[in-house]
Amino acid sequence: MKQDTTVPSGNNHQPGLRRVAIDPLSRVEGHGKITLMLDAENHIHEARLHIVEFRGFEKFIQGRPYWEVPFFVQRLCGICPVSHQLAAAKAVDQLVGVEQLTPSAEKLRRLLHFGQVLQSHALHFFHLSSPDLLFGFGSNPAQRNIVGVLDKYPELGLKGVKLRKYGQQIIAAISGKRIHGTATVPGGMNKPLTVAERDTLLAGIDDILTWCQDAVGLNEQIHTAHPEHHGYAAIRSNFLSMIGSGGELELYHGGLRASLPSGAHVFDQFDYRGYQQIIREEVRPWSYMKFPYLVELGKQQGWYRVGPLARMNNCDMIVTPLAEASRRRFKEFGQGGFVHDTLAYHWARMIEALHCAESINQLLRDPEITGIKLRAEAGEMRSVGIGVIEAPRGTLFHHYQIDEQGLVEKANLIVSTTGNNQAMNESVRLVAHEYLDGHEITEGLLNHLEVAIRAYDPCLSCATHALGKMPLQVELVDPDGVLLDRLTKGGNGLIERIV
Amino acid sequence: MSAGANQPEFSPNTFTMDGIEIPFKDGQTLMDAALAAGVYIPHLCHHPGLTPHGSCKLCMVDIGSGRASSCTTPAVAGQQVSNNTPALNEARRTLTQMLFIEGNHLCPSCEKTGNCTLQAMAYHLGMLEGHFPQFFQRREVDASHSTVMLDRDRCILCELCVRASREVDGKNVFAVAGRGITARLIVNSPSGKLADSDLEIDDLAAHICPVGAILIKAHAYEIPIGWRTFDLRQIDEIGPEKVIQARVGHTDD
Ligand code: SF4
Ligand code: FES
Repeated sequence: MKQDTTVPSGNNHQPGLRRVAIDPLSRVEGHGKITLMLDAENHIHEARLHIVEFRGFEKFIQGRPYWEVPFFVQRLCGICPVSHQLAAAKAVDQLVGVEQLTPSAEKLRRLLHFGQVLQSHALHFFHLSSPDLLFGFGSNPAQRNIVGVLDKYPELGLKGVKLRKYGQQIIAAISGKRIHGTATVPGGMNKPLTVAERDTLLAGIDDILTWCQDAVGLNEQIHTAHPEHHGYAAIRSNFLSMIGSGGELELYHGGLRASLPSGAHVFDQFDYRGYQQIIREEVRPWSYMKFPYLVELGKQQGWYRVGPLARMNNCDMIVTPLAEASRRRFKEFGQGGFVHDTLAYHWARMIEALHCAESINQLLRDPEITGIKLRAEAGEMRSVGIGVIEAPRGTLFHHYQIDEQGLVEKANLIVSTTGNNQAMNESVRLVAHEYLDGHEITEGLLNHLEVAIRAYDPCLSCATHALGKMPLQVELVDPDGVLLDRLTKGGNGLIERIV
Repeated sequence: MSAGANQPEFSPNTFTMDGIEIPFKDGQTLMDAALAAGVYIPHLCHHPGLTPHGSCKLCMVDIGSGRASSCTTPAVAGQQVSNNTPALNEARRTLTQMLFIEGNHLCPSCEKTGNCTLQAMAYHLGMLEGHFPQFFQRREVDASHSTVMLDRDRCILCELCVRASREVDGKNVFAVAGRGITARLIVNSPSGKLADSDLEIDDLAAHICPVGAILIKAHAYEIPIGWRTFDLRQIDEIGPEKVIQARVGHTDD
């Protein structure tokens, strides 16, 4: 069995630690909630990040017709609905026996997805994370938001807003709406891109390319110039992502690759329809969200990270030249090996944004993008469909089983945030370990924890809260389960201590 | 214009609605006469050509001091009718809200969105929320038929399918059983399932549903957002023929 002992154990329960029940209220209020557990030596033994899980959706769609699924499940997320629609659509293609889309439909779906990733990445960096990175993690919260960025760095802030808008423009052109539109049908797409729509999008692409390059440059500079960022919340982990057939960065369709922290592959070009052979999900009593792990490495060592950092580390190259040049500099920073710095997620994220911009440019100039043959002939109905896609936050699995009437019998979703579940807990634990002083949770600690969580860009409703003010509650618990301190920050930025 | 103390000259076979004079033929209802004249009265259970049903009560109008369903009330010469008044529209909005909370109408993911008369009615009447607590009823989906699906979650019991099947298709596929809150759409077949009925994909009953309760299987979301009936027109701009088109899923002129 392949082992890499540098991966911290993902499941180090200690019998003396008391189990804390999940407070259902923390879900309703949309707070992120963290429980820090001390051991007898007053060290942070374990950190538990409580996140709203999506099991509800898997239940809701039982008994619903398969053709409705992509539009139902896209409601999972307000930031990456397109990724859910596309992952489900890929599963539905299989249900209706379609193996290959028409070239125009396939390109339209890719264009839609690049628009999605671009807008989500722009939102994530400029709106949610740039305030932390530009003003410092402990800076005045009144300024540490997108309004503060627009105020102090108006040019940069505006670029962010426009990048996001451009991505949304692509989504609206293809799916009818900026958010929660409809584009996919079983085996294809429901509407072509008109020449006029294509031309409008082309007219804006040059600026987008420039701004994405600037954003990569800025992130590269921030990360390389701040040695204190390198070890921040950094953990050595395995990585999982989709990969193109030539080992290239791939966001829409490909096999799965998992690597050890050293870079050695656990598996490669694995057909994702067999994902249950290689990935299992562990249920832990305190969390609504499951903990996936690579079967080959086991529960303790098999947890992994997904998302931009995983994809950047895992791929051998990027097919678009500007992003590839940026990736090489990223690799140089990692001295040829994997970069494990958690804050490097941001850098990788912007390299991907640049790749999206370049790919959008190529696709818009491809004559087939305005083609009107958009539906493949349906084949023989099947009872199981499994669609996987690289969503902005990481590998996203949609798995459906239908009955002979076409109604969903069973569904399993592994959303990107779930992929990073253990990693987020580990990062939080590290930061808490470093910044916790005594038995008091300070505002500074809370801010630092927030920065660590945000690097992963979880699909928390609170992580995307207006102006990046993430409602967060942190609790400190002693080995007997006694609450020592609790600090809450509301969506309005107000800090409260409730013990 | 109103019938004041000095009576205007009597014009045979017209009535006035909101001050507009509307001609009618003998035996015609207020609704049919108004629609023929291009005047919209909100309605859900009415369909030109099918026997009026008078159940949704959206089409209520004021006649003198009384209130009546315009789809079942014969026009009378010289009648003074009020239709588009704040009080009537308020009552219609309340009825529409009740329809929303009784069923399970999840517009965001429903295939019928943009083509749905109930949804368009809510927009037309300025309904912003359900107001009443949601019933969350459990209703059965019948996907047994090879080409047509019945999703009772969205049924508003307008009985258009019942009448279309009997009066146009010459069959008797649907019926409403039970009363009040237990009322539900049933299928007249030995098993109670659509698969055992004689419903066929070309029947009017398979296409007439004003909401997404009866849908053609596997043909969802083919009409893009922005191209759907009520994306292009308001419900009151449409007139009877266009409403039919909306129901059968065509949006082109
Ligand atoms: S299924 Fe449709 S047409 Fe039939 S009663 Fe229900 S809402 Fe009316
Ligand atoms: S349309 Fe007259 S009662 Fe329904």
